[in-house]
Order: sequence, then structure tokens, then C-alpha cells
Amino acid sequence: MLKFAALIAALALPPVFIDQSWLLAYLAQTATLIVFALSYNVLLGETGLLSFGHAVYAGLGAFAAAHAFNRFGVPLPVLPLIGGCAGVLAAVFIGAISTQRAGTPFAMITLGIGELVAASVWLVPGWFGGEGGVTIDRAGGPPLLAWTFGPSRQAYALIACWCVLSALAMFAFSRTPMCRLANAVRDNPARAAAIGFAPRRVRFTMLVVSAFFAGVAGVLSLVNVELVSAESVGLARSTSVLVATVIGGTGSFFGPVIGAVLLTFFSVAVANVSAAWPTYLGLFFMWAVVAMPDGVAGCFTRDVRGLALRMVSAMAWAVVVVVVVETLYARQARAPGLPRGAWVLAAACALLGALLARRAASRSGIRSIADNRATSAR
Amino acid sequence: MLQWFIVSLLNGVSVGLLLFMLSAGLTLIFSMLGVLNFAHASFYMLGAYMAQALAVHLGFWAALAAAPLVVGALGAVFERCLLRRVHPRGALAELLLTFGAAIVTGEAVKLIWGLGPLPATLPRALDGPLFTLYGAAFPRYRMFMMALSIAMLGALALVLRVSRTGLVVRAALSHPSTVETLGHDVPRVFTTVFAAGTALAALAGVIGAPLAVIEPAMADAMGPIVFVVVVTGGIGSLSGALVASLVIGCVQTFAVASTASAGGIAASLGIALPDAWRALTVAQLAPVLPYLLLVAMLAARPNGFMGERNRDA
Repeated sequence: MLKFAALIAALALPPVFIDQSWLLAYLAQTATLIVFALSYNVLLGETGLLSFGHAVYAGLGAFAAAHAFNRFGVPLPVLPLIGGCAGVLAAVFIGAISTQRAGTPFAMITLGIGELVAASVWLVPGWFGGEGGVTIDRAGGPPLLAWTFGPSRQAYALIACWCVLSALAMFAFSRTPMCRLANAVRDNPARAAAIGFAPRRVRFTMLVVSAFFAGVAGVLSLVNVELVSAESVGLARSTSVLVATVIGGTGSFFGPVIGAVLLTFFSVAVANVSAAWPTYLGLFFMWAVVAMPDGVAGCFTRDVRGLALRMVSAMAWAVVVVVVVETLYARQARAPGLPRGAWVLAAACALLGALLARRAASRSGIRSIADNRATSAR
Repeated sequence: MLQWFIVSLLNGVSVGLLLFMLSAGLTLIFSMLGVLNFAHASFYMLGAYMAQALAVHLGFWAALAAAPLVVGALGAVFERCLLRRVHPRGALAELLLTFGAAIVTGEAVKLIWGLGPLPATLPRALDGPLFTLYGAAFPRYRMFMMALSIAMLGALALVLRVSRTGLVVRAALSHPSTVETLGHDVPRVFTTVFAAGTALAALAGVIGAPLAVIEPAMADAMGPIVFVVVVTGGIGSLSGALVASLVIGCVQTFAVASTASAGGIAASLGIALPDAWRALTVAQLAPVLPYLLLVAMLAARPNGFMGERNRDA
């Protein structure tokens, strides 16, 4: 509950003290990605299903909501529900095919279906607005009391409320027997089937639940930018939510929240400093997969000494990577390169990193020998 | 009509063989290491770029041989240093790692070679038409592509079937622990297979590049199609991949070359389509067709064309 209080405080307090439009846009983006990443973790973390087409549900939900808002004047506060239901509808059709398999085949099928939907959206400009997408005017709907949701503060309040509501709902869902069943199917499908729960149906249910919240996230993004376009269903969106969830950690409920915060920070702060930020993000993702199986959230529970050593080693390698990438980028952009001192620093850091890696390897070697002894003694 | 059919068929088969070269490497790696290499199309792109860079200094023929070797070596390093560390954590972690590698390769290519497209150079001997068939020219290069793909895949099949190395590889595929007991270095076999698979992908990139331009988006364009081929054929099945790649190559080529429209087809079947759909031509639908084929195949046979019957694989 403390974590929820922290989440609410982080969403509510900054706009009270600082009245800047960029801050509201940034926080709204973070809140949207938090819902999206949490919905993704219902699949990846709880059910063990890796999806490359999660943006399909968010995007289709947003399209449906945009049409419902423009044609039928559905009030803005309940619009996320429409998006969620559209996501569920899409998941019922897509899930009937994709959830027959798990693991790698499931990932590939979602990739194929995601590409199918993304390509189809371009083919029917009448429904999906083609290049321009579908726009809404969020002040154009029926007002709620004195609120028209035109000013970005009111829109942000709506987004933040839906973010907290969805997070609470998903947290409650993660404590239900259904979710435990999904964990069983993730860990041992044969055994789950043997005690009478068809893995297919469990996966299907989890996909539908996940798609509902993905649809909600899609509408939150629609409310924020007042536009939904073909990019909203594309592979790039699916990729970003996958990256956020994995970086944050799939093992705990709040891992994806941390990942979403980190990713939006990355895409705003680092992108301001360096145009090569996707490279850094990709390398950070690979490093997270190799070195942090439980993501950033899993780091907090380890021994402090090991954590400190790993942080120093990571910093050293980060300096090397930054120097190399920035040099390449400067060469590509025909800009002046880094000063020569940077290379000396990079070489020193590489040396330090290699030393630390060796040390860590010998430490883990000793530990594995000790483990072997313990096992054979048993 | 006949000439359109034959030329389209030849084009389709040449594209299909190229697809099979990619999916063969992918299938080989999957059945060996149990990981679907998401970065496979990135190695394809890397092959194309590497060949372009090498061809400037060494000429086309030397680059054709050298680029796959360089990329294969990169693949071996990737397997040895990163993939092996993640292997104990299961297929999902490995898939995520290769996915990260795909992102990083795409960005690295942009950093090193720039965002713009590069032209692929052709040697003079391969430029120009090979023969004209009922007035339609068939380019020499396509025939070279087909010949090289078939030769490469034939050699691969021969090595796997006949040689001692192939025997060890096939044995390590089904009974790794037994092969290890017999004194073979199974992890090294894994690395070799990974390197061979990525080298095949790079070779496909080298010979496939002149069909289009070399650009950072080529991996994203090719990747999903290759995965569709592999899933449609049944993951892990080489013969399934062959059939699926030929079918998808032909379907795409025929769709691009046809002039029919969705409205016309629906009208001949007696169905009225909404206005938004009627104007669609089959040529416009071409990029969607492989995915439609995937969905249709999975709805009918969840394990693909020649997949094993194991639903929770």
C-alpha cells in the first residue's frame, strides 16, 4: 500500500507545485505507459506469454473510442471503458488463434497478427484516417460539472485518476485465484492441465483481461494527445511496452511501473541530450536481460556489496559505450568529435570494467563450486 | 497470360528460395539451441551492409564470400559471450536477448552507415537479361540468385546428411548429453551451428540486396516475413519451411503483379463490400497476404504445416 501511496503522490504532487505544460505532458505520458506496461505484465509476468503485438489492443481500443467520442458524443471520463471493451473484442478474435500455443510460437503469432493489423490499418483510410489518423477535440464532448477537459490540467487529472484506478484493479486481479492459475500454467502447463484447468482457456482469459487494460491505456494516450494514428497499433509501440516491462522487471507487480517511469525518462531526458538514445536504450535493454533477470525492481533485494560492485562496473562500461557511440554519431553527422581525453577515460574505464568482470567471474566461480559441494554433500 | 504466369512464377520461386535461405538458418538454430533468433533478419541486413562495404575494396565476388564469414564470426561471438549466459534461464530470456540484439544492430547500422539507402552494386557479368520469354525479359541476376541458393542449400543438406560433422550435429540435436559423454564439445557445436545459421542469413542478405536498396529498415521489412514462414511451416521443420517460403514468395509476387481488385473479386462471388474496402487492389493487399496466410494456417492447423503435435511447446 505504501507503494500505491508513492505512485499517487508522484502523479498528484508535481502539478500542484509546478505549473508547466511540458511537465503535465510528460506525466500524462508516464501514466499512460504505466497502465500499458502493467497490462502487458498480466501476460508476460503472470502467464509467461511474450507478445510482440500488444499495441494492437491499445490502438484498436483508441480508434473505437475516438469514433465513439466523435459520432455519439460519449462523455470523456467513460471513454476508457469503451476503449477497454474494444480491446476485449479484439482479444477475443485474436486470442482464439494465438492462445492455442505458448512460448516461442505464441510470440511469433502475435508478431504476425500485429503486423497484419498494422498493415490493414493503412489499407482502410476510411475507418482509420490513413496518414493523418483520427483526431478528437476533447473539449467537444459533454462537460462534467464545470469541467470541459479542454485545459491540459483537467485532462491530466482524468488520466491520472484512470491510471490509479487501473493499477488498483490490476493489483486486485493479481491477487485472485485466476491469476494464481495463470502462474501455474506459466510454470507447468502439463500439470495445470492434469488437475483440470485447460492451459488454453487460462491463457485466453488472461489475454482478454490484459487487452482490456491495454485498451484503457490506448484511450488515455488518445485523451493526452487528441490523436490516434496508424503508429498506435504498430510494432514500435509494442516494442516500447515490452522494453519498459522487461527493464522494470516482470517478477513483481511494481516492476513495470518502474520500467515505465524509466522508459519515459529515457525517451525525454536522454533524447534531449543525445540523438543516439535508441542505441543506449537497446544496449541497456540487453544488459538488463543478461545481468538483471528480475529487472530494476529485482535489484533492490540483492546484497549491497554485490550491487555496488555491479553498479561501478556498469558505470565503467557505460562510459566506454557513450564515448564509442558519440564518436560514431559525430562522424555520421559530420560534427566535431569528442576531445582526445575522452578516449583515455574510456580506455581506463574499459580496464576497470574488465577487472571487475574478472573479479565477479571468480566470485561466482567460487560460489558455484561451493554450491556443487553443498549439493554433493546432501 | 501464360508469359505473365511463367515470369511471375520464376520471380516468385527466386524470392521463395531467398526466403528459404533465411528461414533455413533460423530453423537450424531453433532446432539446435531451442531459441528463435529474433535478430536473424538483422544478421541478414548486416550481411548486405558488410558486402557493400567490402565490395568497394575487394570487388563483388570476394565480398560475396567474405561478408558471410565476417557476419558468421560476429554471430559466434554473440552466441559465445551473451546467449550462452542466458541459456539456463530458458527460451523466453533468450528470445528477449535476441530481440535486444535486433534493436542494437538496427541502431548500430544507422550509426555506422547512416540513415540513407545505399545502392547495391552488381558485377557486369550478372547485369542484364538472361533470356526473353514471350517478350518478357528474365534478369540474369535472378537466375544467379536461384542457382546460388540451391547450391548452398544442397551443400548444407549434404554436410548434414553425409559428413561426420553433420552426424555429430544431428546427434547433438536430439541427444546432447549422450554426445557430450562420447567426448564431443557440444557447446562448441552449438556455437558453430549459430555461426553457420547467421552466415546463411548474411549470404541471403548479400544476394538479396540488389533486388532492392540497402537501408536500415530492411531488417524490419524482412524479419516478420521470415517468422511467418517459420511458423507457417511448423517451427523446427526444414521441409515445412521450404514449402512455406516457396508459397509465400509466389503468393507475394503474383499479388504484386495482378491487377484484380477486392471489389471485383467480391462482385464475381456475389458479395457486396463496404465502400472503404471496394477500391482495394490485390497488389495493395500484397504486404498483408503472408500474415493472412499465417492466420488461416493457424486456424486450421495450430502447429503449422509440418509442425510436431505439441501444443504447449
